[in-house]
Amino acid sequence: MTTLSRRSLLLATGASLLAAGTLAIGEERAAAPKGTIQQAAPLPATSIYHLSVPLTDQSGKTFQLAERRGAPMIVSMFYTSCQYVCPMLMESIQATEQKLSATERARLKVTLVSFDPEHDTVQVLRKTAEAHSFDGARWALARTDAASVRKLAAMLGIQYRAIGNGDFNHTTALILLDADGQVVGKTSELGRADAEFVRALKRVLS
Amino acid sequence: MSSTTRHTILGAVLLACAHLAWSATYIELPGGTFPSVLGNDASAGQATVPPYRLRATPVTKGEFGAFLASHPQWQREHAARVFVDADYLADQALPATRPDSGADRPITQVSWFAAQAFCEAEDARLPTWFEWEFAAAADATRADARGDAAWRARILGWYSRPASRALPAVGANANYYGISDLHGVIWEWVDDFNALLVNADSRSANDPDKLKFCGAGAIDLQQRDNYAILMRVALLSSLKGTNSTSSLGFRCVRPTTRGSTP
Repeated sequence: MTTLSRRSLLLATGASLLAAGTLAIGEERAAAPKGTIQQAAPLPATSIYHLSVPLTDQSGKTFQLAERRGAPMIVSMFYTSCQYVCPMLMESIQATEQKLSATERARLKVTLVSFDPEHDTVQVLRKTAEAHSFDGARWALARTDAASVRKLAAMLGIQYRAIGNGDFNHTTALILLDADGQVVGKTSELGRADAEFVRALKRVLS
Repeated sequence: MSSTTRHTILGAVLLACAHLAWSATYIELPGGTFPSVLGNDASAGQATVPPYRLRATPVTKGEFGAFLASHPQWQREHAARVFVDADYLADQALPATRPDSGADRPITQVSWFAAQAFCEAEDARLPTWFEWEFAAAADATRADARGDAAWRARILGWYSRPASRALPAVGANANYYGISDLHGVIWEWVDDFNALLVNADSRSANDPDKLKFCGAGAIDLQQRDNYAILMRVALLSSLKGTNSTSSLGFRCVRPTTRGSTP
């Protein structure tokens, strides 16, 4: 088999993923992998809440990402010293929230996890949350350990790399989870509300 | 000796054997600063790797089978779909217990999440790209053979061989450090597979897409004649953490023991 056909194989694998993901929705698994969260009601097999992500938020509260289960949530990743994208990321979420009714907005949670646990201490996260006037009851700016950052990014399909001068290269995406932690929307549009993402939000909040 | 005692002793011996069978060899590598194929503006293409211990061989079917026996939540039937795709372990015939079942062949068709879980169970983690690349720069006699066009051509030769051929047993072709199978057998997961943000077109290096890449532009590829390594980067950066293919396996890394008191 040539290089080309190896690559084709890989693409085929990628395509079959989509089909597999669809088939798996609604399935339930008896056992969850080590280090994962056990809830009273079994998680859907496609829930990202199977992944253990120990978080500490801007108020110093520690919790598992899976404890956010129960309400739709926007999740994304950022780092505080980022000058270009991350402020736009926060503005995009706020712009998106403005498209919702007060009732819808009240149901929505937001969790932003830092790529940079070394510098993004609780104190730094708190300052950022205050600077943006985030509603602490719904918004969590959170840090976790380096290994969990890598796993969460892999789960969310976000790429990032430390580039040695305190900065990170990273792709940006807002991920919309339903109440059980299944991905039901995604956008990389920045600076304004993505109309399709807003529609997905309204569906999941209705 | 009562039969119960006999059984207990036998059980203990079997357990010890199972443990030995799964006590992998890790080799100390010195690390250092070396030119990586992944350049970026902050490091001018130089990567620095602290000392580390790398698994001498890729994880085998036998070893992964033992892991599945003690971690049934990672068996094909039980693993949550958010961690694995439909091809996960699909053709691996595990647990591989018979001598002819290929227990000493590399395990493939494992997702990144499953590979991480295996390494964690072995008190290890997946290697970073730089750790993998540092070890893979060596041939049998030189720590960095990448300047040798003949050697580059030899490792490149693997990519034109049939992928349908059965994988060989691990442990052949140990390199300068004693690490086997870095080239010519399988692709290998790295911890930061989702960090290889590659700028495919170097002409845009001075015009970083700041809306997509925060803080700086994407990585530029260096050593453009090192095709075999560049293909690894291309493959890894195309993967999702749930993907599994029949030529994608892994090995693990442990922290150095140098300088630590015994």
